[in-house]
Amino acid sequence: MAHTALTEAVYYILLSLIEPMHGYGIMQNVEELSNGRVKLAAGTLYGAINTLLEKGWIVALPGEKNSRKKQYQITEEGKEMLRAELLRLKELMENGNRILEEEQNEKNHS
Amino acid sequence: MRKTIHKCIWVWDFDKEEKWLNEMAAKGLALVSVGFCKYEFEDCEPGEYKICMQMLEKNVSNPESQKYMEFIEETGAEHIGTFKNWVYFRKKTSNGHFELFSDNESRVRYLKRITNFVIVVTVLNILVGAYNVFLACTFVSPVNFLGLINILIGILGIAGMIRLIKKRRRLEQESQLFE
Repeated sequence: MAHTALTEAVYYILLSLIEPMHGYGIMQNVEELSNGRVKLAAGTLYGAINTLLEKGWIVALPGEKNSRKKQYQITEEGKEMLRAELLRLKELMENGNRILEEEQNEKNHS
Repeated sequence: MRKTIHKCIWVWDFDKEEKWLNEMAAKGLALVSVGFCKYEFEDCEPGEYKICMQMLEKNVSNPESQKYMEFIEETGAEHIGTFKNWVYFRKKTSNGHFELFSDNESRVRYLKRITNFVIVVTVLNILVGAYNVFLACTFVSPVNFLGLINILIGILGIAGMIRLIKKRRRLEQESQLFE
């Protein structure tokens, strides 16, 4: 399947949901994972969760009785998207490193 | 101590409204309720709260809007009040960062929604205004101020629309480079 880039938000949301988590948990987890760099805003997260649910990349878990907070978890399809994204990121990394290194080497030789 | 401020802010200046509310919070006045051109504040520690507001797609009583508001509250924000489709939240700054949109895509989508709303308001005002002025001209009735007010709002609306569209363009341009 042709695969385009995931947004940073979606990538980190999927990665967080390897473990079941509720909305606020995802926000905290993503901030922690990225050392405070990525701060998901609540409205943006809400939209992303709904789209991911529609796509079937995550599911809402049946809630505990006395908790209103909904928990979500990644599906097999979601994991597939993560793996594909990792391949894409690897390609970006390898090309970037190789080309910048070659340029550095040429400079050193001349 | 409660303090009420009457102030009318145009829909297209929603970002200025949010900025003003946050300036008030920084000074130690936290928004506690909203109404038509009416804001009520209560004393708070200066800088205790960050305020965010948003125009919802559907009426506040709609189940989808309710679900959304619940979700925002679950992230540690407090629901302050609503006026029409506008909803106001606050969060203690000590409880962490608070914003409703964190990427250009969702900001652009939101701006589009507001722009569409402003377009409808503007067109309606101009149509009604033109009709009233036309009536005033033909029936030699006393000068119809209402019609002129409609047209004035329409003109302001056009200026607001241009402002919103420019703002969106800037964001869209940025998203060609950055997510």
